[in-house]
Amino acid sequence: MKARIPITLLVAALVFFGGFAGLFIAPDEATMHEIQRIFYFHVPLWTAMTLALSISCFSCIAWLVSRRATFDLLAVAGAEVGVLCCTGGLITGMLWGKPVWGIWWTWDARLTSTFVLWLLYISYLLLRELIEDPHRRATLSAVFGVFAYLDLPIVLLSTTLWRTQHPQPVLFGGPKSINHTMLMVFLLCMVAIVGVMILILIDRYRLERLRFELDELRVEIESREMDAQQLPAKQAVPGKELPAKGTA
Amino acid sequence: MKALRATWTLFAKECRLEFRTRELLTATVVFSLIIIVFFSFAFDPTPAESRRYGPGLLWIAFFFAGSLMVNPSFAREQINDTLDALRMAPVPSFAVLSAKILANLLFLSIAEAILVPVFSVFYNVSLVGIVGRLILVLVLGTVGLVITGTVFSAISAHARMRELLLPVLLLPFLTPVLIAAVSTTISLFGDARELDRTWVTFLAGFDIVFLAASWILSDFLAEG
Repeated sequence: MKARIPITLLVAALVFFGGFAGLFIAPDEATMHEIQRIFYFHVPLWTAMTLALSISCFSCIAWLVSRRATFDLLAVAGAEVGVLCCTGGLITGMLWGKPVWGIWWTWDARLTSTFVLWLLYISYLLLRELIEDPHRRATLSAVFGVFAYLDLPIVLLSTTLWRTQHPQPVLFGGPKSINHTMLMVFLLCMVAIVGVMILILIDRYRLERLRFELDELRVEIESREMDAQQLPAKQAVPGKELPAKGTA
Repeated sequence: MKALRATWTLFAKECRLEFRTRELLTATVVFSLIIIVFFSFAFDPTPAESRRYGPGLLWIAFFFAGSLMVNPSFAREQINDTLDALRMAPVPSFAVLSAKILANLLFLSIAEAILVPVFSVFYNVSLVGIVGRLILVLVLGTVGLVITGTVFSAISAHARMRELLLPVLLLPFLTPVLIAAVSTTISLFGDARELDRTWVTFLAGFDIVFLAASWILSDFLAEG
């Protein structure tokens, strides 16, 4: 992992320049002014979350099909980083909502479905904590992971049919076009935040792998200890006990 | 054909187990009744408010009771290691799952059949003229609940604190069913007494998607 330090430095620089550009370079927005600048951090967090959760779902399916431990570790890393991004997205959304809507929270379609998504993945992580056996934990949480991911579009559809008041997308399919500088700053922030997500994901994956290896070593030590205890009993023939230490 | 026969045999086993004691059914009905009564204490609704909030109350009672009711489906198979016997039986794993889904569907439907008339009397909500359509909504909502509930009970059966874990897994997952079922029931209880077709289609879609997902993933569930 020699590339680790330069990559981390690169992402740090991107975050610095992205943050600076978002706060000071991007032009003032006509209706919301300064408040709108949170958009450069809020929207990339959702992109990062979608990516992390998609990696998690893909890994769940890959584990069920291939049974390679890597995918199970990647699934939990993806889900955890996804929850982190989701929490960040919810908090930045609330910070924006208070001055613009006048309230911290409203039961609008996107907000509600995101909150349900957050709850679903928190319960996924909880499920993993509560199952002891590693193989069983991997399989059962993978099944839940696939179910949860399948549920996401259905939750979004149901809450959209229920109600919506969130601003409509400005980039894809939105009615208005976006200022060129704004777009550049937005893309820079997007790359920076997705970069941070990927760095955390890789670190989380490595931590999980170390845990996995530690568990395997523990199991091996235990099995060796059990063998060592059973061995003298097997060798002990009546009348020919092994001499006790110090008497030989 | 073999799978169908196996499902039927296992379904009959589930029913025999339950109807010998009826403990699950009794507890579910009493628990839902408590929620319905508590709602009255907490909000003291007028008849108009009952029509507006009653459907939500009714479905919350069913969801909470259902999430507790499906818990023993797999958990009680562990007491005498009968889950291992089921796994070794020469039947498809989906037959085991679907027998439990059908059994839970039957038990929860019986509970609902008792609770809906009680609700209608307690809250002065007339069911005249809407019984058939209400049954359709109840069946679609309950099918969604028991399919995912039974699958998640197979998952949580192997976890610590499974009684608490199952509702935590299940209830956020069922948000779309809750929204759809409550919205349809509100439109049925309203002055127009109409069935909202969009939500009915949505409920049917949810049931089909997750029935298919359970079928595809049932082998992994059995192995877990």
